[in-house]
Amino acid sequence: MATYLTGPSQFHGTEPVLSLRDVTKVYRNGSLEVAALRGVSLDVQPGEYVAVMGPSGSGKSTLMHIIGCLDVPTAGSYHLAGEDVSSMSENELADVRNRSIGFVFQQFNLLASMTAASNVALPLAYAGVSRADRRARAEASLGRVGLADRVGHRPGELSGGQQQRVAVARALVTEPALILADEPTGNLDSTSTADVLDLFDELHDAGRTVVLITHEHDVADRAGRIVRLRDGLVTDDSPAHAVAAEGVRS
Amino acid sequence: MTWFDTLRTALEAMRTHRMRSALTVLGILIGIAAVILTVGLGIGAQQQVTAQVEALGTNLLIISPGSTTSTTGLRGGFGSASTLTQADAQALASPVVAPDIAAVAPSTSSSQSLVAGSSNWTTTVAGTTPSWLSVRARTMSSGTFLSAADQASAASVVVLGATTAQELFGSTDVVGQAVTIAGTPFTVSGVLAPSGSTGSTNNDDTAVIPLSTAQQRVSSGSSRTTVQTIYVQATSQAALPSAYQEANSELLALHGITNATSADFTITNQASLVTTAASVSKTLTVLLAGVAAISLLVGGIGVMNIMLVSVTERIREIGLRKALGARPALIRRQFLIEAALLGLTGGLIGAAVGIAGAKVLPNLISNPVALSMPAIFGSITVALAIGLVFGVYPASRAAQLAPIDALRSE
Repeated sequence: MATYLTGPSQFHGTEPVLSLRDVTKVYRNGSLEVAALRGVSLDVQPGEYVAVMGPSGSGKSTLMHIIGCLDVPTAGSYHLAGEDVSSMSENELADVRNRSIGFVFQQFNLLASMTAASNVALPLAYAGVSRADRRARAEASLGRVGLADRVGHRPGELSGGQQQRVAVARALVTEPALILADEPTGNLDSTSTADVLDLFDELHDAGRTVVLITHEHDVADRAGRIVRLRDGLVTDDSPAHAVAAEGVRS
Repeated sequence: MTWFDTLRTALEAMRTHRMRSALTVLGILIGIAAVILTVGLGIGAQQQVTAQVEALGTNLLIISPGSTTSTTGLRGGFGSASTLTQADAQALASPVVAPDIAAVAPSTSSSQSLVAGSSNWTTTVAGTTPSWLSVRARTMSSGTFLSAADQASAASVVVLGATTAQELFGSTDVVGQAVTIAGTPFTVSGVLAPSGSTGSTNNDDTAVIPLSTAQQRVSSGSSRTTVQTIYVQATSQAALPSAYQEANSELLALHGITNATSADFTITNQASLVTTAASVSKTLTVLLAGVAAISLLVGGIGVMNIMLVSVTERIREIGLRKALGARPALIRRQFLIEAALLGLTGGLIGAAVGIAGAKVLPNLISNPVALSMPAIFGSITVALAIGLVFGVYPASRAAQLAPIDALRSE
């Protein structure tokens, strides 16, 4: 059965940013059924910095897709910022992604032909923000990640760390309820990794809710809370220092 | 995301993949240019034929003698009989008998050798009346045409075509010069203005003398009393059918023929010549335009092909856009606009190439090329439509991609 553990609630706010109840996800490949999630319940409070860990095949990617509204659960319920996402149509999901979630991907996923500012402004274009507003907000967001002087650069002209910071600026630009990062340091060298993780720390300090998916312990240790997944179930959910005390395992 | 944003995105995508877009556009471009040129060639040919037939004279009926049947039963072709006379022409010229006939020009012609000084030239010598000039829609470039007095006195005056004058004298400024035709000395009274050719006949290589002079001094045999052709000009285009009826019934009556099917003459209508010539060029136009349309279709399939490649290649971009909140309809719109833009660009450049070709081509080949506005705007519209139609499938594929599948692909 599902392991249901409430996260630390030392943060403000009574309503969780995201709330999963007995979420299962079954992939059907012909006659073969693969259960990627077998009943996951998880609450994340506003302002929390949560790392989701697990070996490959543990279901952490599937969980990330469901949290990111990129996929819907087979069963169970999922509320994001108070909205029931599990029964939404494709268009509603697109709107929720636009409004409530800021994605940071391992591959950065910046559009090579567009400048940093245009990349950051892209979610605002889908939100129907006017061109002038988009430009101003994109530049402000780039300023926040320390790239005010790289506004007109294209991704190819930026280092990996800088590209990932542009991606973070893009995730921030819509002021989403949740920043969802999927292995954000997976493609970065150690200097850039520290750089980007410092940025997440700053966001956390500024009161942002961050969910970070990773398989690296030193990355997870930066978070206030670590959720461990194994075989589609939450096996452990505790403050980061407690896990660190137990020692390294996978 | 506004339409303007989507358009910018599409332009951006076209610019990013310059080579591929250019090749796709080329497919449409060739099709559109081909359509404009083939339609232009067809219309140009029709206009040329119409102009040539009109150069014969406006609102013209041509009366030719019927065929003869010899005692052995051997039948000659059209014009082999000598059944038309000057009296026929005079009867048709009467406004009482034929109110819809404006002018009549009886004419006889034979090939004669013209001699001027040391040079000579063989051409068609036509004997006719002063009304020939207006009936055949000709004008003078110098001198005067035959007069009624010339006709009455069987004067030895000749009017030369521009080509004939050039061949005989090396100049067209020849009024007053002497020309010998069939041993009779003639004086050049004028030169006809050039009018081009009709089919294989050069209208400028001719000599015109009074009908009376031709019958008495140049022709021999039956041509002394009969005429070979009677040109009849109707009062207007609308009056052509009634002029035809009047000429037909009057000639039947004059020749004492009761059964219209055994008429000893033939009346040819100018319009029927146009119709025959036009139907030939129309067939050709349809054929060529068909080939051009097929090339457009191939161009359209090219658009679909490239758009499908584009969707596959940009699968991560599509996934990202969806993750950032683009609705499926918006993704579909983006790719549709891109495809339509490829089509439209091909259409516009193709139209420009077609127009340029229509200006250049007549210098390389003898055929005129007419620019048809409906063809130009029609083909640009078709190019746009091709982009849209062949863009639907790739765009729907893009819209239906699941964002996770799209993001996952490496």
